Amino acid sequence: MAGPMTLFDLARGGLSAQLVRMNAAASNLANASSVATTEADAYRPLRPVFAEQLDTKSGTSSVKVTGVYRQQATPVRRHEPGHPLADANGDVFAAPVDENAEMVEMLDSSRQYQNLVEALSTAKQLMLDTMRMK
Amino acid sequence: MSDPASNTGLFGIHAAALQLRGARMGLIAGNIANAATPGYKARDIDFAAALKARLSGAGADQATSAATRYRAPVMSSLDGNTVELGTEQLAFGENAVGYSASLSFIQSRVATVTRALKGE
Repeated sequence: MAGPMTLFDLARGGLSAQLVRMNAAASNLANASSVATTEADAYRPLRPVFAEQLDTKSGTSSVKVTGVYRQQATPVRRHEPGHPLADANGDVFAAPVDENAEMVEMLDSSRQYQNLVEALSTAKQLMLDTMRMK
Repeated sequence: MSDPASNTGLFGIHAAALQLRGARMGLIAGNIANAATPGYKARDIDFAAALKARLSGAGADQATSAATRYRAPVMSSLDGNTVELGTEQLAFGENAVGYSASLSFIQSRVATVTRALKGE
């Protein structure tokens, strides 16, 4: 980035990071009931990891997503002999998604998104007032 | 144009105050943006100390960086993040009101001088 980080750059980083988090939670919820034949093939929940992005010129820090990782969780083994994806034992492996935890994750993320939008609109209004000197 | 670092210029203390309020707004917005970053430590500017340093001749960057402190969390979270949204919202709101107040003083000063120039 050229020049020092502005409030808008900062907010953009934060908003897109929260969006990645919301998308990951939505993917996890969508795959909550997917099953697989082997343990290795089963869906594992996605978890984005955030890191601080410090701008030394202005001293403010934004957020960046360092990566989206698969959570290390053991798939749930279920005995369903009639299932088309069942293995030789008649077992299928269900995705280890905790729906409640994903809903909480999504709520938390949307609250933080709203918070940032609110702060940004206040800051923007103050900037406009300063510019117009009204 | 008077030096914003002096207390006696056209805008008095408010030129320096507005500058510091702007810097503090950026810092608190950074805290809000990092509410979900593991290990992030919330920071804030000790406004009184920064203003005192600024009025005694320190540069704007120097005054803010010397008065920047880490926030003491009420209850720290397991991932080492010390951002508490309520605290940050409160600080942001308080700072926005302070910014508006300084801006109003500057605006009325400009209006006074403009009226004097026009001779109405």
